[in-house]
Amino acid sequence: MASAAHAVERRWSLSSRTAARLRHWSLRTAAVAYLLLMIALPAAVVIHKGFARGLGDLRAALAYPGATGAIWLTLATSTAAAAINAVFGTLIAFVLVRFRFPGRRLLGALVDLPLAIPTLVTGVMLVALYGPNSPIGRTLEGVGIQVVFAQLGILLALLVVTLPFVVRAVQPVLLELDPVEEEAARTLGASGWTTFRRIVLPAIRPAIAAGALLVFARSLGEFGSVVIVSGNITGRTLTAPVLIFQLASQFKPEQAAAVASVLFAISFGTVLITTRLTRARKAEAP
Amino acid sequence: MSAGAGVRRKHDRARMRRGRGVAVRGALVTVCVLYLAVLLLAPLGGIVWQARKPGWSALGDPFTRSDVVHAFWLTAIIALITVAVTTAFGVIVAWVLIRHRFRGRALLNGLVDLPFALSPVTVGLACVLLFGRGGWFHEFFAARGIQIIFALPSMVLVTIFISIPFTIREVQPVLEEIGTEEEDAARTLGASVLQTFFRVTLPNIRWGLLYGIALSAARAIGEIGAVLVVSGLIQGRTETATLYIYRAMEERKTASAYAVALTLAGVSILILAAIEWLKHKRTREDEA
Repeated sequence: MASAAHAVERRWSLSSRTAARLRHWSLRTAAVAYLLLMIALPAAVVIHKGFARGLGDLRAALAYPGATGAIWLTLATSTAAAAINAVFGTLIAFVLVRFRFPGRRLLGALVDLPLAIPTLVTGVMLVALYGPNSPIGRTLEGVGIQVVFAQLGILLALLVVTLPFVVRAVQPVLLELDPVEEEAARTLGASGWTTFRRIVLPAIRPAIAAGALLVFARSLGEFGSVVIVSGNITGRTLTAPVLIFQLASQFKPEQAAAVASVLFAISFGTVLITTRLTRARKAEAP
Repeated sequence: MSAGAGVRRKHDRARMRRGRGVAVRGALVTVCVLYLAVLLLAPLGGIVWQARKPGWSALGDPFTRSDVVHAFWLTAIIALITVAVTTAFGVIVAWVLIRHRFRGRALLNGLVDLPFALSPVTVGLACVLLFGRGGWFHEFFAARGIQIIFALPSMVLVTIFISIPFTIREVQPVLEEIGTEEEDAARTLGASVLQTFFRVTLPNIRWGLLYGIALSAARAIGEIGAVLVVSGLIQGRTETATLYIYRAMEERKTASAYAVALTLAGVSILILAAIEWLKHKRTREDEA
């Protein structure tokens, strides 16, 4: 009697263990298959086509008129965007966390706005305000500043689209930072700037770097806002993503894949460094 | 006497410093507001001003045209499918990455960040290389008469690719934080796996999940680069709302481009409001 119950129990536990193992495996297989098919495969095909006939062919593809120029322009504008948003993003995060003023929550929500607005619409917005059809655009052009269909417009578009990244990277670190140290420094006679430079900045530096790298990586690939604002003049305002689009729509997939592979290599390296930085920060935190 | 003067001088200095502190704070806040004004508020005002220039009533004109209506429908369909797929698989992937231990887990985790590193245009190009003429899978689908490129399937595929990371990255930390205690307790008390998931796990991760869903919905609605490459831009067939704006800008039909762009911005701002509300809700629940 007792042994029968025992046998039943054992059979039940055996089958339930098999079921658990089955579930375990099917979940893992689903996750792995999803990521491999949806992410790894598309990335692999671009790299395969880009390097299909070796590095020599890649160099030939990059000799395509405007290709090197486009990659340089993309690198330059992305670097500038990362630098500028590192400064202003840190400032905005500091103001949002440490100061209390009317409209603070609204300011915080505004920072997130570019996450929601389609990047193409961002481009249209910039053209609507700074373009040749607007009095502001005409006034600026009168004093010699051309925004739309110029490199300045590209930079402006990148700054808008990547605005949230540094703020969102720095804000949580600042929130966790104990203000006691800052108060002590102030009491001991340090100026506000010295306190920030000596106490706050060392603590948030990895977060600023991570945010800025994210800005850089995202800027490298930005298309929607740039294609509207830049005017896509070869050799002057043609960025690498727009060039990839042009090559793809002219049915030159090899050249497109070559430019895309270069861009991908740079931005993937950047993203890898960024995740390292964020993980290092998380490991440091108790 | 002199001691009193010293104290007073000290007071004065402290007050001066406080006064200067307020001034510095005011200046810093003003700089932030100005930066946001130049980048965001003024352009937002600019598009409103341009869109209503032909008159408020003309704002609705584009929406009486069938191609514009179709474009919005297509955007809605693509966004819905994308959100459904990325939500279901996002939860599974986050679960496996957090709860399972196996070789190659770190690599898989790194793979999730890949869409952040690829330009949307490159994603579209990859789709063309896979399914377009001469592509790896072209013959398989062509033989069965299934159109992938220049049709809905490729547009959905690239949009899913772009939106994959959001749900996973929002759910992962929450799953890690809640641990397995409650789930184990439910299982010991005889709840089935599905019961445990829907009664214990899902309620715990819901705010993170909803936040991820809102982000991927916004991204899916606004996607242009990838969709532009694979769609073939067939008016009234493969034209989404963003593609319509792109074509209208190219054809210098700025009035309808501004009107449609303003509508899309309005939808996005509604989604953002939902995101802010969720964030608020989540932090409040964290504090409780």
